[in-house]
Amino acid sequence: MTPKQKATLQKLGPFIALVLVSVGLAVLSPDFLTVANLLNVMRQVSINALIAFGMTLVILLGGIDLSVGSILALSSVGIATLIQSGVNPMLATLLGVIGGGVMGLLNGLVVSKGKVAPFIATLASMTILRGLALVVSGGSPITGFNSDLFSMLGGGYVAGLVPIPVVWMLIMFGLFAFLLKKTVFGRHVYATGGNEEAARLSGVKVDQIKLWVYTVSGAMSAMAGVVLTSRLNSAQPTAGSGYELDAIAAVVLGGTSLTGGRGWIFGTLMGALLIGVLNNGLNLLGVSSFYQQVIKGVVILLAVLIDRSGKK
Amino acid sequence: MNVVMQGISKAFGPVRVLEQVDFAIAGGEIHALMGENGAGKSTLMKILSGVYRSDAGSIVIDGKPVDIRSTRQAEACGIAIIHQELNLIPQLSVMENLFLGREPSRFGVIDSACMRREAQAQLASLGAGNIDPEAEAGSLSIGQQQMVEIAKALAMDARLLIMDEPTAALTEREIDTLFGLMQALKARGVAIVYVSHRMEEIFRICDKISVLRDGRFVGERVIARTDFDEVVHMMVGREIGDRFPRRTVQPGAVRLQVDGLADEHHVRDISFAVRAGEVLGVAGLMGAGRSEILKTLFGLNRRTAGTVLLDGEAVSLHSPGAAIAAGLAFVTEDRKSQGLVLGMSLRENATLVHLPQYARLGVVSDAAEQQAVAGLIEQLRIRTRDAELEVKSLSGGNQQKVVFAKWLAQPPKVLLLDEPTRGVDVGGKAEIYHIINQLAAAGVAIVMVSSELPEVMAMSNRILVIHEGRQTGLFEAAEATQEGIMAAATGTAHAA
Repeated sequence: MTPKQKATLQKLGPFIALVLVSVGLAVLSPDFLTVANLLNVMRQVSINALIAFGMTLVILLGGIDLSVGSILALSSVGIATLIQSGVNPMLATLLGVIGGGVMGLLNGLVVSKGKVAPFIATLASMTILRGLALVVSGGSPITGFNSDLFSMLGGGYVAGLVPIPVVWMLIMFGLFAFLLKKTVFGRHVYATGGNEEAARLSGVKVDQIKLWVYTVSGAMSAMAGVVLTSRLNSAQPTAGSGYELDAIAAVVLGGTSLTGGRGWIFGTLMGALLIGVLNNGLNLLGVSSFYQQVIKGVVILLAVLIDRSGKK
Repeated sequence: MNVVMQGISKAFGPVRVLEQVDFAIAGGEIHALMGENGAGKSTLMKILSGVYRSDAGSIVIDGKPVDIRSTRQAEACGIAIIHQELNLIPQLSVMENLFLGREPSRFGVIDSACMRREAQAQLASLGAGNIDPEAEAGSLSIGQQQMVEIAKALAMDARLLIMDEPTAALTEREIDTLFGLMQALKARGVAIVYVSHRMEEIFRICDKISVLRDGRFVGERVIARTDFDEVVHMMVGREIGDRFPRRTVQPGAVRLQVDGLADEHHVRDISFAVRAGEVLGVAGLMGAGRSEILKTLFGLNRRTAGTVLLDGEAVSLHSPGAAIAAGLAFVTEDRKSQGLVLGMSLRENATLVHLPQYARLGVVSDAAEQQAVAGLIEQLRIRTRDAELEVKSLSGGNQQKVVFAKWLAQPPKVLLLDEPTRGVDVGGKAEIYHIINQLAAAGVAIVMVSSELPEVMAMSNRILVIHEGRQTGLFEAAEATQEGIMAAATGTAHAA
């Protein structure tokens, strides 16, 4: 095997893992390999995938964004409040996503201009934004929007078959893949994550790149919030807690390096799907939810260990 | 002690790195090991110090064949290696570093008093008694850290020291101190293998020299009975012509004019002008502020006073982006930490600076980019099989050419060079000098900071000397002498 072939195989690792797990589940459970179930899995995965796409950019920069779950909650609650006060639901949605972007931008400012470590900066904003979500909602869920269009965003189907969140996920996947692979912005993200000093000396506007990346992560979290709120027909101030860990797990399973500069969006999609398929499969097999957590953790650990040994 | 390595061969997969190499050194000898990057020097030394095992060949110490299977075993044989990147733990104190892994203790409790006493004694015996055993290792200068590493090796009874590019990051004064220490160790009967690219130093300090080329042993010479030309010929296996190729271009109009430049640190009152086609050398000791001048010009450090004119027009140069837009280019000192993104490919590195040039609406055109990279590889004679290879897989000289490539995708008006040939072997250096001359011929104004005086003197039209942030001399290269430059650099003379 040439080094190049080996590298390709390495890159496809997450995909191969997904196929293996799926085949295993298909053998074990007759209900797994049906169109309805697979679409259902994809719908469940979509929220995590949307967040994880943004998280991939952050991690490529060598950063981390712990505030995604809180951004999801605050923008959900914000959108719900706007709709109930009579604002056009589509306008409220747009404002919510922009609001999520602004929250991300603030993270970016603290990280790039304030030179605070991303872990600390987003740990702080995670707490602040969660608090604000509780303040805005008064601590209780906001329910009932009376907008068919808004409930389509997360609950609808295209051609009566494909869930709309899955469409969002695939559109965003294509957009992010293009962004990273084909644009100057994408190249600058890799360069900044790979060697910030060299990138700055090459004229890359490193601070601007960081601001954009955290902004995108915030907007993606808000988008996930829209899907969730629309589907549940309810905005909950406690929604999304712990989502940052699922997103980080998807990114890492996909082979993106936590030290930055190396990774790709396809891997993240595979990582998110792998987590989703496992959840679904274990449910179908009737494994207790306590054991499910154990198994998920072991799979993540194994995947990363295999990835490591391959790189040596 | 006498060490004889015979018929050493080593391959990594299909790549044969060493083939039947012989090397011998005796106690009380300083022995230079030379060769171009990739010649196999470090592999040979890693075999001797137990990092790798050889596939074939033998190592005999004092007449007894030994089988060195680990660094621990090498240490037991009295062999220690001082790496170019120093291995002290910066957060620990000097004495904690010295005794790392063998701390004097009673019932598991470290006996600090004993540790301090012994550390003090060891440092004093090396003439480094001024180093405080309780200082944090990271707070010491590079030269002092190296002393601590040497003390650590000797504390473990090393009788053969391998030193890999020990002077790369030292000031002139520190080099003098190091050489004094090496002489003292030699008198004590310690054998020293000295790996370096710096010919002047090798001829100053070493007794013998062994040369490797392409993984083979070329020969051993006694320093007193050889010269630069013979050694260079042994290393590259062909005539490289002049070590410093000639430049015939006549300087044209002034391109860069700097008046009264100061920064927020200790650079003050720097004024000079560089013409099109001219190379202005900048000499001075480590830490004199040479790199800071370049960084301030490039918008990395804040300029607190002074004006900069580019082709007669005032420019602000407040950020690297602004400097690049104005036509400046900056080949930085340390290519691994500042010059290259090591995880990216040759192609991605080569186009990093001028990427928007190959893009429309922010979308990069693969064809345009690949074509440009192919042109740069050709122009700079970068030796690689594939532009998609990671840049870290290239040799030092070729990596440095990629750093040049970054800036040449669009010809700059002014090129700032900071130690452009550091860590580059003789053949690679000559090629980089050719590139510098070509750029000068194309009308680029070049400012070159270098610690290698022969390089500064041979490559520059004029030489600016910096001492503690201020200029203390400006020489015409034709009239400059090493003594004159050093006097200005140490602040002991004020030349015109």
